[in-house]
This record gives sequence, structure tokens and C-alpha cells, in this order.
Amino acid sequence: MSNLLDVKGLNVTFPTVDGEVRASVDLNFELNRGETLAIVGESGSGKSVSSLAIMGLHNRAQTLISGEVILHGSKGSTELISASEETVRGLRGKEMAMIFQDPMSSLHPYYSIGAQISEAWAIHNDGSKRDGMKRAIQMLDLVEIPSAAKRAHEFPHQFSGGMRQRAMIAMALVNNPSLLIADEPTTALDVTVQAQVLQLLQNMQKEFNMGVILITHDLGVVAEFADRVNVMYAGKIVETAGVEDLYYRSMHPYTIGLLRSIPRVDQIDNHRLDAIKGAPPSLINLPIACSFAPRCEYSSLVPGGLCNQSQPELEQKEAEHFARCFLPAERIAEVRS
Amino acid sequence: MRRIVQSFEESKGMAMLKYVSRRIAISIIILVLISATVFIIFNYLPFDPARLSCGKHCTPEIIAGNRHRLGLDVNWWVQWWRFLEGIFAGRNYGEGAALIHCGAPAFGYSFTQHECVTTLLGQALPVTVSLAIGAFIMWLVLGVTLGVISARFRNTWIDRLSTVFVLVGTSLPTFISGLLLLLFIVLKFNLISPLDLGTWHSPLTDPWGWFSSYFWPWLSLALIYAATYTRFTRSNVIETSSEDFIRTARAKGVSERKVLWKHTLRPALAPILTIAGLDFAGLLGGAIITEQIFQLPGLGRLTLQAVLQDYDLPIIVATTTLAAAFVVIANLVVDLAYALLDPRIRIS
Amino acid sequence: MSTPILEIKDLKKYFPISGGAFGKSKGAVKAVDGVDITVMPGETVGLVGESGCGKTTVGRTVMKLYEPTSGQIFFDGEEITNLRGRAMKPIRSKMQMIFQDPYSSLNPRHTVGRIISSSFEIHGINPVGGTKIAVQELLERVGLNPEHINRFPHEFSGGQRQRIGIARALALRPKLIVADEPVSALDVSIQAQVVNLLDDLQQEFGLSYLFVAHDLSVVQHIADRVVAMYLGKVMEEAPTAQLFAHPRHPYTKALLSAVPIPDPRVERSRERIILKGDLTSPANPPAGCVFSTRCWKATDLCHQVAPLPLELTPGHRVACHFPE
Ligand SMILES: Nc1ncnc2c1ncn2[C@@H]1O[C@H](COP(=O)(O)OP(=O)(O)OP(=O)(O)O)[C@@H](O)[C@H]1O
Ligand SMILES: Nc1ncnc2c1ncn2[C@@H]1O[C@H](COP(=O)(O)OP(=O)(O)OP(=O)(O)O)[C@@H](O)[C@H]1O
Ligand SMILES: [Mg+2]
Ligand SMILES: [Mg+2]
Repeated sequence: MSNLLDVKGLNVTFPTVDGEVRASVDLNFELNRGETLAIVGESGSGKSVSSLAIMGLHNRAQTLISGEVILHGSKGSTELISASEETVRGLRGKEMAMIFQDPMSSLHPYYSIGAQISEAWAIHNDGSKRDGMKRAIQMLDLVEIPSAAKRAHEFPHQFSGGMRQRAMIAMALVNNPSLLIADEPTTALDVTVQAQVLQLLQNMQKEFNMGVILITHDLGVVAEFADRVNVMYAGKIVETAGVEDLYYRSMHPYTIGLLRSIPRVDQIDNHRLDAIKGAPPSLINLPIACSFAPRCEYSSLVPGGLCNQSQPELEQKEAEHFARCFLPAERIAEVRS
Repeated sequence: MRRIVQSFEESKGMAMLKYVSRRIAISIIILVLISATVFIIFNYLPFDPARLSCGKHCTPEIIAGNRHRLGLDVNWWVQWWRFLEGIFAGRNYGEGAALIHCGAPAFGYSFTQHECVTTLLGQALPVTVSLAIGAFIMWLVLGVTLGVISARFRNTWIDRLSTVFVLVGTSLPTFISGLLLLLFIVLKFNLISPLDLGTWHSPLTDPWGWFSSYFWPWLSLALIYAATYTRFTRSNVIETSSEDFIRTARAKGVSERKVLWKHTLRPALAPILTIAGLDFAGLLGGAIITEQIFQLPGLGRLTLQAVLQDYDLPIIVATTTLAAAFVVIANLVVDLAYALLDPRIRIS
Repeated sequence: MSTPILEIKDLKKYFPISGGAFGKSKGAVKAVDGVDITVMPGETVGLVGESGCGKTTVGRTVMKLYEPTSGQIFFDGEEITNLRGRAMKPIRSKMQMIFQDPYSSLNPRHTVGRIISSSFEIHGINPVGGTKIAVQELLERVGLNPEHINRFPHEFSGGQRQRIGIARALALRPKLIVADEPVSALDVSIQAQVVNLLDDLQQEFGLSYLFVAHDLSVVQHIADRVVAMYLGKVMEEAPTAQLFAHPRHPYTKALLSAVPIPDPRVERSRERIILKGDLTSPANPPAGCVFSTRCWKATDLCHQVAPLPLELTPGHRVACHFPE
């Protein structure tokens, strides 16, 4: 597996009238070809903001972005944050593609599905309209839209939710990108349709040998799909690990709490759920402290009220396993069991 | 397979055709109802045209004679029916030696101007249409361009400047902007000779004369409307540019220029179409103030004269019906254009 | 056996599809098409199924927010199918609804105190100790700070707003709460809090719930019995443990297998059924069994004859010609 994406010290800040919103803070991670990295976290934790920053989709005038995002594409490496708007645009849709949560509103209501896919192709390739449409139909076939040649001429509102998301996938993959960012691709879909779409994504990933960043809040989807996981909380990565390490040897109290709080369909239980108390903080003017401390059951185990006074770093707790917590790995293992 | 595709396409065409013919049928019904309404209203207004056109030495006999001559001595529905009949078959007015025939489509006969109303309309309509079309194009181009630019350069000095224009434009009534233009620019700098005001130059034979005689009236109307359209375009463009599908376009690598002109503008302008159509229809009914200021002999002036001078009922009935008809037709055209533009409406 | 708190018999709710030049009806959406559900006192019945299968419509028809097309609804033994207006009022106070969207279901211009006390006013009730005390007690009970009585909904987070909705529903001490996706819009870490709250309130007040949700994991946790719907019809009904351990209808089986399990080893070694095709529209449901178009077991019989629900084992009803 070769390296595809390096994110180093990525910060995204929105200056607003109420103060600075630090939506993602000091993000560090990498992604290989053919690998799936999941980003999980609750609403407002900065998942979308970070991925939009990688794609260069923030309005540069209204967003402060710092750090490095290096994409090792098929034609050499590019640092995207300092690159010109023009350079990034040439990579967007070609080397890196993105699909979004709501496939209805993400497709243009006025253009046919085929036209929208063929536009994505035409931007990065030379060829006639006819070639573009042919390619679009081919892609729709690939994502298993029945009678693709006919349906390519239909409009988004004539497609069902699942088919729209397939069309979005077809559009994202039309130029064989090496990086695909999927921002909650199945959140708006029903479970049986979600299963179809996820399986399709998995097949496509194999076929195109893409690196995939899968953003979701569903720990079940992560368990099924991801190789590695970043857990985000209040704009920061609080834990990062291989998928089994994360589930079976969680090293951050938030992850532990999250995994405990969700019921499972395969285990009949009647006991009370282990809920995490409280609610996530607002990202405006966050105090210098562990953002999770106010909700953390274990902050009292850390001597001297450290959790409320300073910010823990993302520390290595085990091989390939990092967490942002003052508690040493052994103590966490104790409290976890 | 081919056959399936074809029959599918056909059925889509059929659906559109059905939609169009249904809308046309509904529009015709509405027009008939409107013309009836006009007759009912004028029937119950506290004016008696027969008395008004009677003059100083009035006797009941003369009034009765007038009433008969004007065709007002029957019920409103008979009057209305004759009116409809006249449109399709032409009509005779008066009796005996004074008998006058107006050919179809006959909208009535004006006894004060001694003309078939159709002839009067035929003279006034080109003026009003000229005024409306020119102003319409001017304000659309001006308003939409300015709106798009200020949305594109939101919160820069360009945007602020256009905001000032919008504020001034929307707060100035037409007669002020018209008078200002006329008095301070046009007359002062001899751009139009006062004598030339109101002379009809046909666009076919004298295009420059036509253009220059209408330029200032267009501008005075367009400035007012353009301000509204600037504001509307700006907010629609800004709203549309925060839609998810615009983000998708950017994620595909579409250039900023194309994001604006292709992906944003079409959905942003669709709702503008609706008001533009109605505004245009409103103008076709006669821009009374502008026509008065620039002394253009259009529908607006015709109506105003008919009301002020001698309560010339046939003219009033005809122009009112016509103005209503323009609105109905504009509605129809707008809806059909909208269906062409937005596929979600087309198939339902 | 005691009287059920809620009993629905062969309930149908069709929505006319209007179209044509003068709004004449062109058929109907059979949103709910012959549904039987019984909720016993103190019981939680989960109603699951995919988008558009009619879950919300069942809930709203039970609340008489929609007039049923046919069928019968009994509340605490009394038939309420045809009750309207004034006659329905005393029933309304014993039967409350919680909505999915904690953002749009609270009036943004009213304070929390006013939102909750409006229930008292509508039903002309003067709680002992005064309205304010009663509201503050309710707020405290659902885990909110009683001093926040004068705040507005936008000052609360999603989970807190859902608590306000629950407090409003509780104000009149109802016997039955119809909860329409009460946790779907909430964050994972907040969902558990609200589920726990609903659990506690049930213990404390002996409430019964008709719990509508598409999230099967939550339903598994909270429900005593589960009803699975597809295109307006009940496919399967069973005690929770039985339904989740041994689903017998192919649809339920596929539905369960599609829910990802948050455990990588279990999840990856599991056999999954991936259904073909998309959801069918309830405007023109297929002939025969409504699920037949997506079912891998369907035969000619299924395409022609709709199966009747059969009680295969006590309390386990399945509408399928070929149950597992
Ligand atoms: N343009 C913006 N200006 C100001 N704040 C913003 C902007 N965009 C996002 N934010 C804030 O940044 C934070 C992170 O948002 P983000 O969309 O990344 O969340 P998320 O993790 O994707 O959540 P969700 O699961 O709801 O999609 C939020 O608090 C949000 O309000
Ligand atoms: N007021 C209404 N008028 C017409 N059709 C309706 C109405 N309410 C619901 N429907 C239709 O009835 C069907 C069932 O809708 P319902 O909202 O009950 O589904 P649901 O199971 O709650 O779905 P979801 O999980 O999406 O909330 C749908 O096809 C819907 O479009
Ligand atoms: Mg997001
Ligand atoms: Mg619903």
C-alpha cells in the first residue's frame, strides 16, 4: 500500500461575530491507497469541515485554514493548502472526489443525471458531448442503475433516494479518482438501501483501488467498513487506531462511553443504557482544557484537576494507537473493563 | 429497447401537450369571466354615460336616445354578449343614416372620438408595446446584471454602490424619476425637442427615430424596476449559491465562472421570470404616468383621457379588458416557460 | 386479562392523490392498509419499517390527527374511531405524542414555561400548587434545570429540546405516549440519555408507549413487542426477544441483517442479506404480497395472493406464505 494523503497540523477556523469557531484543530493523519479511514464523531465535531478543507471547498475569504494537506496523486504530490485555486480545481473531481449526505439536494434539480455525470467527465477530459454521455451511461451501469441508457436522461426527482446516491457515486468515480471522501453517504437512506449502497462503495473501492475517507456517526457502519478510525470530539481527534483496537481496546473515555451507550440488534438487553452525561461544548472560545472533561467519568482519576486546566496531547498509548487523554494506558484499560 | 425509449419520449411529449392545452383552456375561461366582471362593475358604478354625454341642454328624451345609441338600454349580460359577439363578428353602432360598422374584432365605438375602439387601440397599442418592450429589456439586463455582480462581489464596494442604487430606485416614485429625467437632462441638454414628444416613429421605417424617442421614457421606467430586480436577483443568487448542488459542482472541479453562470443562475432566475412576466403585462396595460409625462399616445393615455374627459365607456371597457387579458396571457406564458426551465414541474 | 390501553383493528388510512384540471382524485396512497396493533398497560410496542411504510400515519391516526379511512381504534376499552372535537378532548389528555424533530415541534416564540403550561390551559386544568410549580417539577423530572422556565427553545440543545417535548407530553399525566422517532434526530451520545429517560418515566408513571422508529437497535432495547411494517401492512409481530433472535418473515430478516453491528469481528463474519431493488411506492403497491417484488423467496403464489397474518407460535404473527 502506498501513501495517498498526508494531513499535518490542519486547522480550520471561522471568524464569526460571536468569536472564532475553531472547527478543526491540529488534525494529523494519513491515508493509503486502497485503505478506508473512518471519521466518527457527533454533530458539530468538525468532520465535514475538515473534509471540505481537504477538498479546498471552503470559501477562502471567510475561512482561516493552516497546516498541510499533501495529496500523492497519480501525477506527483501536491500540497493543497498553499496551492493556487486553479491547481486545486484541476485535482478536484479528478484525483479526489466527494459524495455528500443528502443525495436529493446534492444533485442539480435542473439537469439530467446523465448530463451531470458527463459534465464531471468533460471538465477533466477532452471529448464530445456524446462521449461524455456514453461514459455517464457506462458509469450508471457500473453502479447498478437498471436500464441506465434510458434513466440517464431522467432528472434527480425521478430517482429514488438510493438511486440518487448511486448516481452521486457514479459521478464521483467518473474520472477514477485515487481519493474518495464520503460524508455520511448513507445517513439519509433506509437500512436496506444503506446496505446496498455500502456494498457498492466497497466494491468500487476494490475496483478502483481508492483511498476512502468515510465520515459517519454510525459505529456499526464503521465496524463493517473501516480499516482505521479517527474519533473526533469538539474539533479535535481524540483517538485514532485500527478498527479492532478501537472497538476492543478503546483508549479514550469518549470512545468507551460511546460504545457503551449504543444498543445492539444482536444482543437482547433490558438493562439501562450507559449514557454519557451532558452535551458537547460549543466551539466558540473553548477554554484551554480537555474538551471532554465536563462529561468525563474518569477525569477525577487524573490527579490535581489537570483535565480542567490543560489540554492533553494526542499520545501514543499502544502501537499504532493514539488517544488524547491524560490517563495512562494501563489505567484506561482498568476502567474500561 | 429502442421502442421502449421512443414510447417513453412520446408519452413525455404528450404529457406536455396535455398540460399546455389544459392551461390554454383555463386561460380562455378566465378571460371570458373577466370580461363579464368588467361589465358587471361598470353596470353598478354610479355614473351614467348617457347623461354625461348629454351636454348642457339635456332632456330625458335625449338621455334615453343616448342610452339607446350607446347600447346601454339593455341588461348588462346582453351588453356583454353583444360585446363578445362584436369581437368575433364585427358590429354595427347607431341607427339609420348614422349607422357605423366596425369590423371584427370590434371592441366598441367611441361616440366622443367618432372612431371604432379597435382603431384607437390600433394606434395606441404600438406605442405602449414599444414602451413596454424597451423598458422591459433595459430593466432586466440592468437589474439582473447588477444583481449578479453584487452577489458575486458581496460585501465589497461594488455591492454597496448597488445597494445605494436599489435604495434610491425603490424609493423614487415613477413620476419623480420621469420628471427629473425629462426636465433636467432631456430638455436642458436638448436631447429631445419638446415638439418631438409624442410623435410616433415606426421602428420599421425609422428605427433610430423610434429608439431615440423612446430612450428616455424607457430609462425612467427601467430605473425604477431595475432596482427591484437587482435586489431580488442578488438575494436569489446568494441563496442558490449556498445550495448543496453548488457545492457538488465545485467538488467536480467546475470553474467559478461556470458555477455562477450555469449552475447558479438558472435556478436563481426561475422565480424572477414570474414577476418579470407580470410586471411586463402590467406595463402593457399602459404606463399611465410615464405616458403622460412624455406625452406618449399609448394605452395609458387613452384610458386616462377616456376617464377624465368624457367618461367614454367603450374605451374604458376595452382597455380594462385588454389589460386583464395581458395579465392572464403573461401568466400562461410564464407558467409554460417555467415548466420548460424546471423539469420538476414538467412531469407531475 | 386486562383491557388493552390501545387496540387498533384493521386500520386503514388512504390519502387521495389529487391531480387533473380540477383536483379530481386519481386514486389513493394506501399509507396504512389494514393494520392491527394492541398495546397493553405499561407495555412498549415498537413500530418499525422503512421510510414511507406508514409508521407516522399509524401514530397520527391513533392520535386522531388524521381521520381513519376505515377500521376501529379503542382507547382503554372505549371506541374512539368516530369521536371528534369536544368528545375527543378527555381522551386527548390521556394520549400524548412526542415528535421526531425537536427543532420544529416547539414554538420558537414561546418560553419553555408557556410551551409546557399550554397543555394545562387547553384542558382547563389547575394543577395543585399552581402552574409554575407544576412546570418546574416537570422540567426537573425530565432532567432540565427548573430555573430555565423562562428561556426560549433556541437556547437549548437538541437533546434538551426533546426533553422539553417530553415534559409537555407528560404534563397531563397521560396513559399512552405515541413517540414518533423521538431519538432519530439526536446525536448518538444523547440518544441513550433520552431512551433512559423514557424508560424511567415508564417505570414511574406506568406509561404505555407506541414507539415508532426506523432504528432497530433502539427499538430492540426499549420495546417489549415489535411490529414490523412494509408498505402499509404488518409483516410480522412478535415479542422483542423472539423477533430479533428468530425473525420469520423474509422482510424482517433482511431488515435485521442490514443493521450494522458496532463490533468489527461480529459484523465482518456475519451473513448478510442484501435486498434487490428499491422501496416500492404505496401509491401503486404490487399485487399479491406487497413485499414480493423484493423478496428472494417469492413464487407465483406470492405475486398473486396476499398472505394473511397467521399466529405461528403464541404472540408471533407472520404474514408470509413461506415463513422461515
Ligand atoms: N461557515 C461556517 N461558519 C461558522 N461556523 C461553521 C461554518 N461551517 C461549520 N461551522 C461550525 O463548525 C463546526 C463543525 O461543523 P461540521 O459541519 O464539520 O460538523 P460535523 O462533524 O460534520 O457534524 P454533522 O454530523 O452534523 O455533519 C460546527 O460547530 C459548525 O457550526
Ligand atoms: N398528509 C399526507 N398526504 C398524502 N400522503 C401522505 C400524507 N402523509 C403521508 N403520506 C404518504 O403516506 C405514506 C406513508 O407515510 P408515513 O409518513 O406514514 O411513513 P413513515 O413510515 O412514517 O416514513 P418515515 O420513516 O419516512 O417517517 C408515504 O408514501 C407518504 O408519502
Ligand atoms: Mg457533517
Ligand atoms: Mg415517519
